[in-house]
Amino acid sequence: MAVASPSTVMNNVEAVRHTLYEALKNDERTLVLGEDVGARGNVFLITKGFIEEFGAERVIDTPLAEASIVGVAIGMAMEGLRPIAEIQFADFIYPAFNQIVGEAAKTRYRSNGDYTCPLVIRTPYGGGVRGALSHSVSIEALFYHVPGLKIVAPSFPSDIKGLLNAAIDDPDPVLFLEHKKTYRLVKGEVPTGHYTIPIGLADVKHPGDSLTVVSYGLYVHQAIEAAQRLATEGLSVEVIDLRSIRPMDRTTILASVRKTHKLLIVHEDNKFGGIGAEISAMVAEEALFELDAPIRRLCGPDVPAMGYALPLEEEFMISTDEMAETMREMVRY
Amino acid sequence: MTITMPQLGETVTEGTVAQWLKKPGDAIEKYEAFVEVSTDKVNAEVPSPVSGVLREIICKEGETVATGAPIAIIDEVGVEAPAPAVPAASAIASTPVTTSAPVAPVATNGSNGSSNGTYAGNGATNGSTNGDLRRFSPAVRRLARAHHIDVATLRGTGTNGRVTASDVIAAANEGPSATMAATILRDPIPAPSAAPTAKSTTPPPAGTSTYAEPVPGTLVPLSQARKIIAKRMVESLESAPHAWTMVEVDVTKLWRWRAQEKDRFLAEKGYSLTLLPFFIHAVVQSLKKQPLLNARFSDEGIHVARDYNIGIAIGLDTNLIVPVIRDADTLSIGGIAVAAGKLIEKARAGKLGADDLNGGTFTVNNTGANGSILSKPIINGGQAGIVTMEAVVKRPVVIDDAIAIRSMMNVCLSLDHRVIDGTIANAFLGDLKRRLEAMKPGGDSV
Repeated sequence: MAVASPSTVMNNVEAVRHTLYEALKNDERTLVLGEDVGARGNVFLITKGFIEEFGAERVIDTPLAEASIVGVAIGMAMEGLRPIAEIQFADFIYPAFNQIVGEAAKTRYRSNGDYTCPLVIRTPYGGGVRGALSHSVSIEALFYHVPGLKIVAPSFPSDIKGLLNAAIDDPDPVLFLEHKKTYRLVKGEVPTGHYTIPIGLADVKHPGDSLTVVSYGLYVHQAIEAAQRLATEGLSVEVIDLRSIRPMDRTTILASVRKTHKLLIVHEDNKFGGIGAEISAMVAEEALFELDAPIRRLCGPDVPAMGYALPLEEEFMISTDEMAETMREMVRY
Repeated sequence: MTITMPQLGETVTEGTVAQWLKKPGDAIEKYEAFVEVSTDKVNAEVPSPVSGVLREIICKEGETVATGAPIAIIDEVGVEAPAPAVPAASAIASTPVTTSAPVAPVATNGSNGSSNGTYAGNGATNGSTNGDLRRFSPAVRRLARAHHIDVATLRGTGTNGRVTASDVIAAANEGPSATMAATILRDPIPAPSAAPTAKSTTPPPAGTSTYAEPVPGTLVPLSQARKIIAKRMVESLESAPHAWTMVEVDVTKLWRWRAQEKDRFLAEKGYSLTLLPFFIHAVVQSLKKQPLLNARFSDEGIHVARDYNIGIAIGLDTNLIVPVIRDADTLSIGGIAVAAGKLIEKARAGKLGADDLNGGTFTVNNTGANGSILSKPIINGGQAGIVTMEAVVKRPVVIDDAIAIRSMMNVCLSLDHRVIDGTIANAFLGDLKRRLEAMKPGGDSV
């Protein structure tokens, strides 16, 4: 990663746009396809102007048919292109489930390595934006059970660029999750020039000694803010940004737990069977005798969807105050 | 006796007096319900902990007070009388939660009405809090074992006084084996002079078999010291993969030097000058060249000790103890002899303090004192090595293709193979051998 090279401040939308643009410009095998990515320039304006510059063969407006978007992209990927498919909102990904899980993830295995599926599927996910039932969902747990599929969920502009480049380079399918509330909320330095961040590497975003907090997406930012508050109270909390959900960076998590002896997992997706369940099982298996407190998970409630009404949305989302209070309890436990 | 608001459930913090079932002046039998209390969880009639007369109602009907707050005073029957009159009452007063009632009031002591009494409704918080304090997290258990700390002696700083991993680490940093040493000290060490009674012709009756006088076919109970020794030996062998190596050292000149000095030294200092201080002095110099042997392994890394605190293993009649010569690198050979002499005296008198036992960084074992010429010592837990000095024996050796009779001593080293490998071990032993062989009369004063 080019640390010393010049950088530009971008928000997360700009980071995605910038990285896609560079990919289309520098590698003619790449193309983007999805609903409204062409003439409309994507609902968040990520691909605005792309169709004019790169043409309708590389910036493809598709019908409202997610199974087809992914299915077509799989065929392109198997035949040597580098498609970057977009599912407009993660809530719409279900029709493509069979294509992603049943086809893309199994291509390499089924063909005994004769074919791979270098496909990227980008999709905005997550709530807290009054998106209600069909624009708020977290889908990672539905897919992380599937071997053969990589899932990344970076939430810093520089991580987005590095991991999106890595996803495009990757010879196998990668589900690329973008938390929509961070799109314009989060800004940061993004190094210029091409670089990648290895998929499967977490990042300690706030070092500390007394508690390990593992999170990703929007909540990483809140967790960091909570950790900063606790630091002013003399309580030292380490916040790990998972960045990649699968493969999971066991090394970074375990090293931190061995240092702090306590683990809190924070994610927006439902608690039951969520990413936190896997992390806590892994730590219990690998580092039980390092634990000085029960592992805790702060997660979304087990309700079918995020309500539209503000109190319902607030009830679903975890506030920074709540994170800070749980961290305090665990540090002092 | 002051009656306080009982705690009717684990999470209940206050209660409301729903109804008084007795008026001031009414007689109350022990276990008789005298007040009805309601909380947001339950309503319950509260039985009296004592027999007596309701003197005063402090908390009126409908009033809500915190659990533990006084609600009434009962004049106990016969409380002014001498003790025999109220055996049952005092038994109740000191026994938590009987089975006689779902809400059993307990533990008020007050003829003076002082309200330090508590109720343990349903055996609630007090009991379970104490129970929690005896439950230790996996990290606490592991750290305590690794640092030889008795967790029960620690003061917890966590929620509700829980002992945290940080507490164990803090205790470990105070002194590697402070609590263990204290435990050893609590165990009475029999005076050496007790031994002659073993000549007694009648065997001790069953059940009196002791470590000092073991009776064949009986079970010798484990003393605290024996338990600790057993535990630490197993721990050391289990945690540290022991490797072993040995060199033979020609101590002919050293032996002569010591012979020249020992009478004068005893006369001047009052302590005998054995080979041990010479040996320790050389060991410290060699450790300085190989600091990784003066170290301790941990998962985080190898802690290389700053100090040179040399433990000397002293075998007593019924146990083994390893007091420490502190900062041995600052002492002359004579200084080491005096320090060791004092520690041996104190060990035999059973007067070693925690300061004498803590903080060892490396151990020397004078196994040769018992005639051994070869031994495989177990590393003192939390160190990287232990070295033995075996008996000095005259042996024919080949020097410059001629056979000579020399005073030879084997030096054996057990090392924690996690910390160092054979290269460093043998560099250490080689250096130690050269130093010992270079010690000769007419050189430095001891």
